[in-house]
Amino acid sequence: MSAHEISGEAHRHEPPKSFIRKYIFSLDHKVIGIQYMLLAMTSVLFGVVMSVLMRMNLSWPGTKWPILGTLFPTGAPEGVMSPEFYLSLVTMHGTMMVFFVLTTAPQGGFGNYFLPIQIGADDMAFPFLNMMSFWVTFVGFLVLVLAIFVEGNQTIGAWFSGLGDWMQGGSGTVGPIGGWTAYPPLSALGKIAGPGQGAGMSLWIISIAIFCVGSLLGALNFITTLLNMRTRGMSLMRMPLTCWAWFTTAVLALLAFPVLLAGGILLFLDRTAGTSFFIPGGEVVTDTLITSHQGGSPILWQHLFWFFGHPEVYIAILPGMGATSHILSTFARKPIFGYRAMVFAMFGIGLLGFFVWGHHMFISGMSPYSAMAFSILTLSIGVPSAIKTFNWIGTLWGAKIRFTVPMLFALGFVSLFVSGGITGLVLGQTSLDLPMHDTYFVLAHFHLVMGVAAIFGMFAAMSFWYPKMFGRMMNETIGKIHFWITFIGVYSIFMPMHIMGIIGMPRRYAQFAENGQSIYHFIDPADPLVKFVTAAAIVTALAQVLFYFNFFWSLFKGKKAGDNPWEATTLEWTTATPPPHDNFAGVVPTVYRGPYEFAVPGAPNDFILQTERDAEVAEVDGGTSGNGSDGHGH
Amino acid sequence: MASEVQAEQLIAADWGGGAFPYRVGHRKLGMWLFIVSDSLTFSALLIGYSYVRASSDNWPTPFPFWPSIIFSSIMTLCLLSSSLTMVMAVKASARGDKAGVRRWILGTILGGASFIVLHLIEWNHLIDEGLRPFALPSEWAQRWPGASPLFGATFFAITGLHMFHVFTGLIYLASVAAMVKRLKHEDVEISGLYWHFVDLVWMFVFPMIYLLSVDFRG
Repeated sequence: MSAHEISGEAHRHEPPKSFIRKYIFSLDHKVIGIQYMLLAMTSVLFGVVMSVLMRMNLSWPGTKWPILGTLFPTGAPEGVMSPEFYLSLVTMHGTMMVFFVLTTAPQGGFGNYFLPIQIGADDMAFPFLNMMSFWVTFVGFLVLVLAIFVEGNQTIGAWFSGLGDWMQGGSGTVGPIGGWTAYPPLSALGKIAGPGQGAGMSLWIISIAIFCVGSLLGALNFITTLLNMRTRGMSLMRMPLTCWAWFTTAVLALLAFPVLLAGGILLFLDRTAGTSFFIPGGEVVTDTLITSHQGGSPILWQHLFWFFGHPEVYIAILPGMGATSHILSTFARKPIFGYRAMVFAMFGIGLLGFFVWGHHMFISGMSPYSAMAFSILTLSIGVPSAIKTFNWIGTLWGAKIRFTVPMLFALGFVSLFVSGGITGLVLGQTSLDLPMHDTYFVLAHFHLVMGVAAIFGMFAAMSFWYPKMFGRMMNETIGKIHFWITFIGVYSIFMPMHIMGIIGMPRRYAQFAENGQSIYHFIDPADPLVKFVTAAAIVTALAQVLFYFNFFWSLFKGKKAGDNPWEATTLEWTTATPPPHDNFAGVVPTVYRGPYEFAVPGAPNDFILQTERDAEVAEVDGGTSGNGSDGHGH
Repeated sequence: MASEVQAEQLIAADWGGGAFPYRVGHRKLGMWLFIVSDSLTFSALLIGYSYVRASSDNWPTPFPFWPSIIFSSIMTLCLLSSSLTMVMAVKASARGDKAGVRRWILGTILGGASFIVLHLIEWNHLIDEGLRPFALPSEWAQRWPGASPLFGATFFAITGLHMFHVFTGLIYLASVAAMVKRLKHEDVEISGLYWHFVDLVWMFVFPMIYLLSVDFRG
């Protein structure tokens, strides 16, 4: 490790010449950031296609989809999805989305690209580790894709069976079916637990363990970079809120992923070494009494998993909050309202996020006293969240808003975060969670607040920084059409799901009808809603073609962008577009003011770059320059 | 008073950008962060161990004072003395005495390697007795009726992961010793940080796994 860093430092300022060093195994944080984004843009395709397949199966159970029959002859015989196939869709949709989209793009993608530039650094602290963390994550992605096919395809499955019993063989039916939470005991028992719990599940665990390692490398790199590499004058309280968000996220990742790694190791041992960490005695699975395992507890996995899993929610959403704050301030042409409160609220959310994992386990039979503690702590997260929301509204209050595409998505983020967060107050209460827990209500809640809101944060960030990254603007018209269809679309998908949940529709059921006959009559009234949600999901999924088209079309045909097309204030807009290899072309920028100095009274422009030095204007405190006394450090 | 003002200015300058706020380079800060995160991995395992042990009806306490506890105490002694030699290596490095660094690191490696060898002998002994990750020796099962088979699972998983860390540390230290002429003082210090961390982990593993399983009757 140390040897590589030394050579990395010595050659940092020479741009690499060969194609492979420049674009594939690049040490440049900007290239690595784009690699992360492309990985997320690939994974999200898998995730979206799977979600549409699930919706189609729910609306039209028993229909034949010939393509599926060809790809997965046993999982979807003659193209009819089997219940196991549906469950493996649920699993892989969740895993792809949570790990390889929501965790990679906002942090590994945008954070990698813009954190060093926004603090005035020429690269990350450990360029080699940075490259490693991407490629490790990429290997994790490949293993996850393999997990689908080792289980879903008989040929590959048979080959894996040849590796020996420890891999638990491929069942040749469907991908892993443990859900993205991989709850034991079924996930710990191996192929005896049925289709989808064989080699695919082992590979799923390996993939997640690899992902943990990649995230750890990334997290310690981010923290070191932010602490050690801020340029002269870039005090902590002069950092853009995006940097605070990436920093908080990195701290969460540093503390949460090792626990998942430990849990993953134990689960893997249960499957391969015959241990029983998560398997209690007397288990009967598919009419067989399991005698080889006893003494463990599946609840232990839930504790380990959710100790990681809850912070993971904030790992997904915090970068979106940072980007939203940044973008709202820029297009409202006003300083962010309550900068310090925003920073503390973000850290408050991160800190509380480590003490609330139990609210995922209210129905596990935990003591009502600990449930109450978890409940109170959970509800208290509403306080910093509300601080953030009111500050966003305060930023918009009385502003002359520029309704650009990034601004629309940022506003959409606020809307979705509030709509999804409100139901968190419902589910955080034990008595309400008990009946709601395994229903569509939970599904609607977390998709709005951590799924779609985070995606909106990414869309906002992408359209905001696209000109800086690629030198061209994204098309505004396509962007606006894409925004409105997506915005109305996601609400049409997830609002009805709340109602379905209240009716009592359970999650993770492959179908609610058999041979065209409803089998759960209490949810019959939800039937029109189910069809409506499916239609909305298909429209919304198709609308994403607009985004992909816009992304690739604008690379070549977009309007040329200047260095500062949005008239923004932070350091990335002071350098060339796209930024040179060392970000500032050999100049070390010096920062004289806070990040959001818009509409400063008496200033010639309505925005002042952080690098601008003007003693008189500096007197006017936009509420952003914390220890803003000039002069230290030079 | 004057010194307080000075200190405040110093802090402002440290945190105002363009400086290393903790006065340590990237690699040292990175190692501290790695240690934080790795200690959470071990915490998770030790808490998992406590969880299954506390929720078991019966848990074997099979380690007699002689030979088990004496043996594992000697292992502990090896590891702790290797921390001492590591301190000496870092001190030599601070003096710029590269040959001294190499000598003391070799001493550290010797301590770590004997820890691993002794540990493997002990593993071998327990496996001979019939301990497995999935089962207890039949004698133990008779002596502690209804005892959890997780004894083996937790024992091998936790000490195994720790041994893996010691092993990685030996390779790390060996490469530091080999390249010491080209390395800065801070690099030697960083390898010391890792080594002390691995030892510190053992200071949690030893009481929790061994001392809490002492066989007072035997």
